[in-house]
Amino acid sequence: MAVTLEQTIERKERSWISTVLSSQTFWVLIAVLLACLFLTLATDAFATSRNLYNITRNVTFVAIVALGMTVVIISGGIDLSVGSVLCLCSMVLAVTMHAGYGIEIGIAAAIGTALIVGAFNGVLIAYVGMPPFVVTLGMLSIARSLAMVASNNTVVFQFGPDHDKLLALGGGAWLFGIANPVLYMIVLALLTGFMLRWTRFGRHIFAIGGNEHAATLTGVPVKPIKVAVYMISALSAGIAGIIQTGWLGAVTTNIGSGMELQVIAASVIGGANLVGGVGTAIGALIGAALIEIIRNSLGLLGINAFWQGCFIGGAILVAVLFDRVRNFRQND
Amino acid sequence: MSVLELVNVSKHFGAIQAVSEVSFSLEAGEVVGLMGDNGAGKSTLVKMIAGNFRPSHGAMYMEGRELIMHRPVEARQHGIEIVHQDLALCDNLTAAANVFLGRELRRGLGPFRILDYASMYKRAGQIFAELKSETRPRDLVKKMSGGQRQAVAIARTRLSDAKIVLMDEPTAAISVRQVAEVLNLIRRLRDQGITVVLISHRMPDVFDVADRVIVMRRGRKVADKKIAASSPEEVTGLITGAIEQV
Repeated sequence: MAVTLEQTIERKERSWISTVLSSQTFWVLIAVLLACLFLTLATDAFATSRNLYNITRNVTFVAIVALGMTVVIISGGIDLSVGSVLCLCSMVLAVTMHAGYGIEIGIAAAIGTALIVGAFNGVLIAYVGMPPFVVTLGMLSIARSLAMVASNNTVVFQFGPDHDKLLALGGGAWLFGIANPVLYMIVLALLTGFMLRWTRFGRHIFAIGGNEHAATLTGVPVKPIKVAVYMISALSAGIAGIIQTGWLGAVTTNIGSGMELQVIAASVIGGANLVGGVGTAIGALIGAALIEIIRNSLGLLGINAFWQGCFIGGAILVAVLFDRVRNFRQND
Repeated sequence: MSVLELVNVSKHFGAIQAVSEVSFSLEAGEVVGLMGDNGAGKSTLVKMIAGNFRPSHGAMYMEGRELIMHRPVEARQHGIEIVHQDLALCDNLTAAANVFLGRELRRGLGPFRILDYASMYKRAGQIFAELKSETRPRDLVKKMSGGQRQAVAIARTRLSDAKIVLMDEPTAAISVRQVAEVLNLIRRLRDQGITVVLISHRMPDVFDVADRVIVMRRGRKVADKKIAASSPEEVTGLITGAIEQV
């Protein structure tokens, strides 16, 4: 039977099942589930509601920031400043509330700080043309230093009149006993996923990561979008900072230090490609979950905590290696 | 009336005279080969028509009205589309996403408008069928052949009611079989009444598909004649300067 041109054009190359099976995110998810199954069978402590509550809550801070990081990585950039921005925003919130202002003003100040920092990064990268690595490396140093200046490098643990509200915001469990941070994470992941898949803005982020020159030539407003992308990343760090402040009940200037590497690891394990143009919101969550489960399981299995870095590093390499192997096969 | 008419157009960058006093007109549904050696002024000329540069002197008229453009986006609004030499494709996106890049179709209201995948796949499929190219809208551009990539880039020009399509070296980096495919795509555009300006170094392609050839040398137009009345030898002579002018 002759195949017409129209039929050829209409044919779908791959079913959705093969698309899922060929995604790195899917296999990392399988790894996460297998690890959970193994830990449930091998230890008594893993599948307790207390431990699961802890894991899900611990995942959220890295996962929320990884959502923003994934957006930056899709656009072909990188944001090293997230850990410091998280610290700065926490500190702005803490200092504002400590000074007697309400929680609304504290949160507005923290969010405003995040957006300003993000816009500053974005403008230097998009309009001045500086490399993202350098700009955000500078901001990594600047933001933490500003946090120290704001607090005079002290620990803030009294948050003024709305002290209890802040602690409830981060430490409570308003819905079915699920920790509040987890709820925020789910809502933010849905928003990010929706933005990436269903909006023109999201499509343009992928286009910029794929071929920035092509995006410019086809009329995509590349520079404003890049600024927005770094603002989203800083905003995600700011939101994580606010929630973490409420959960911990105290802020030090050490909070979030070294976090940028965990966040980038989570994004990359979840399938974001540092070359740009590839990544998903759900991948960021799954990547963060894998890292947290590795950490948790080492403790439960009684393995020395110093091995943690080896396992997380190994997970990064295996996830990306897996992706490479699959690409080799497809190219043959 | 001509689709586009250039009257004594010149462009200089400081002391460098890139294009001097070039005049020609383009008619609907013709394919014009624009030839010349490197530095002959082809790119500068094309960039003026594409809205990248404004002429230093002279004027351009589109269907009788003077054409003044400040930004490349305006060229598109006037019905001038460009197929860039590197095609300006994003490998990580599907064919349909590339076709609609910067002009995505959306549905819904106000701030809640979302991408209309179904309509974009459908329309892209229709355009590929019109172009008689076996290109699937849902496939990633990464996995496509040179000819299919050209089809995707050319399909972009079919989204709007383009009058003129400028193609910059469309056959420079692809295999012989794909060249034939691209030349066919050019014929499809011409059949729909579109004027195609083919900027090329490849003599056989121009003589195969063009109706007319314009030759540039050192910023000046040295020939503008029907393909039937010319020969590859003559055009080569004009490009190199062995023949002064015809």
